Amino acid sequence: MKKISLIVGLLVAMPAAWAQGEDTYADFKAMMDRSFKTTGIASKHRIYQLDFQKACSSEKLPSKKEMARIEAEQMKTIRYPADGKYLGDWKEGEKIAVNGRGLTWTDKTPYNNGGGCYNCHQMSHHEISYGTIGPSLLEYGKLRGNGEEVVKYTWGKIYNAKAFNACSHMPRNGDAEILTEKQIKDLMAFLLDPASPVNKK
Amino acid sequence: MRHTFTILLAGFACGLLSGTAAASSEMDAIAKYRELLADGNPSELVAAQGEELWKTKRGPQQASLERCDLGLGPGVIKGAYAKMPRYFKDTGRVQDLESRLMTCMENLQGIEPKSIVDGKFLKGEREKVAALVAYVVTESNGARIDVDMRHPEMKKMYEMGKMAFYFRAGPMDFSCATCHGEEGKRIRMQDLPDLRTQKGAAAGWGSWPAYRVSNGEFWTMQHRLNDCFRQQRLPEPIYGSDVTIALSVYLAATAKGGTMLTPGIKR
Ligand code: HEC
Ligand code: HEC
Repeated sequence: MKKISLIVGLLVAMPAAWAQGEDTYADFKAMMDRSFKTTGIASKHRIYQLDFQKACSSEKLPSKKEMARIEAEQMKTIRYPADGKYLGDWKEGEKIAVNGRGLTWTDKTPYNNGGGCYNCHQMSHHEISYGTIGPSLLEYGKLRGNGEEVVKYTWGKIYNAKAFNACSHMPRNGDAEILTEKQIKDLMAFLLDPASPVNKK
Repeated sequence: MRHTFTILLAGFACGLLSGTAAASSEMDAIAKYRELLADGNPSELVAAQGEELWKTKRGPQQASLERCDLGLGPGVIKGAYAKMPRYFKDTGRVQDLESRLMTCMENLQGIEPKSIVDGKFLKGEREKVAALVAYVVTESNGARIDVDMRHPEMKKMYEMGKMAFYFRAGPMDFSCATCHGEEGKRIRMQDLPDLRTQKGAAAGWGSWPAYRVSNGEFWTMQHRLNDCFRQQRLPEPIYGSDVTIALSVYLAATAKGGTMLTPGIKR
């Protein structure tokens, strides 16, 4: 009896001695598991990662090949508007861009979220309280026009930024159901409509 | 004194709201604000409450915290926070200041940690912990950040804290590194320290806990991290949980050699 438990003990102990890295990762996962709780709409499940989130969770980016694989996979999630209309109301779009609320445990509902675009981007001529995590989008439409390619790319980028850059800092607004199709249309107009303050002083 | 203070506050808030200034305006404003309050940090009030609490006999065991060991021996407060988090032999755990204070409150005074862990920030016993924190960290103001990384448990917490820092999850795919992983970035007008570097971590770790001018509240490091996890759209970290301590070890170790400016003053 004693012998058996000794052997079992050794078997359990040995892999730890061989593979330090794996062991730390297992401990890390256990730590995450016991450190969080559900509060309001922010359910504890949110700490469980999607595969690409895991691949983008270290100091170094994944290999080029892995990034390309993720991007191809994310590209498949993009849904273009069924009615073929890409541009909504830029005035509504501006409000969505400014509004940084949504999906925290102090928000009442997982719907009616803002886009939080100003947290990361410069956009219009008049709003000077903008973040710099993303590139400036000032005069976005003026600089690029609104040819089909630009329109489709912009829609795709807002819908799922990871389709173009696997580990982008930018959220997957459409794919992760942060914003609705209508809201994305309004944001598209904010960026591309010549009358929008993004393009007009 | 109180009067001047309110006026200063109003002036400061207007400067921020009008938003006419350039990118570095907030840093300048804070630097100026710091100067103005150099000998009158509003945290002093909280710290004074904390000192009183430290010395008062409380809890089922009617004891004070004067024999609480923060790592430098029972009752030694001076410089203790600059060396935290640290591995504590008696509990066999790495602890940050707040989890250590809970240990002292439990062992010396008989106050159940559960009432604090399940409580709310700025309320009840957790608010008392915050006052104690203000007192303790004031006694490390100006000290060099000097966490002792020799113990294997500290090394492990550092590794896990680093993993937590880069851990992307939740509906917005954010990690700490999304907002604190590059130099010179900001969200709206708020400057974000690059917490991967010694300089950034020293500025970030070394100026917390802090008094927040925008809402007139004193926030501990647990409170700061809690709000960052909220902005990250993750679920809520449990008060004093290992992920918060691991992140603190990662930040403090990265900040090593910097100066504690505690309690800080924030926007
Ligand atoms: C947390 C940061 C973040 C947020 C929030 C964010 N973005 Fe971005 N965005 C980026 C970054 C970074 C890039 C650069 C490309 C990349 O890494 O994906 C980018 C790129 C873009 C581009 C492509 C620019 C180009 O030159 O090709 C567009 C368009 C865009 N964002 C629009 C938006 C809109 C609209 C919103 C709000 C709904 C938004 N972004 C929210 C970080 C963000
Ligand atoms: C979505 C954005 C976002 C995420 C994600 C985020 N933070 Fe923050 N963090 C902020 C903002 C905004 C501030 C406050 C800056 C200010 O008030 O000027 C801040 C402040 C801080 C500070 C204090 C810095 C200082 O100089 O005062 C620390 C430390 C910190 N965060 C750590 C973290 C850690 C650790 C994580 C991950 C668990 C994290 N943050 C995730 C946005 C974020």
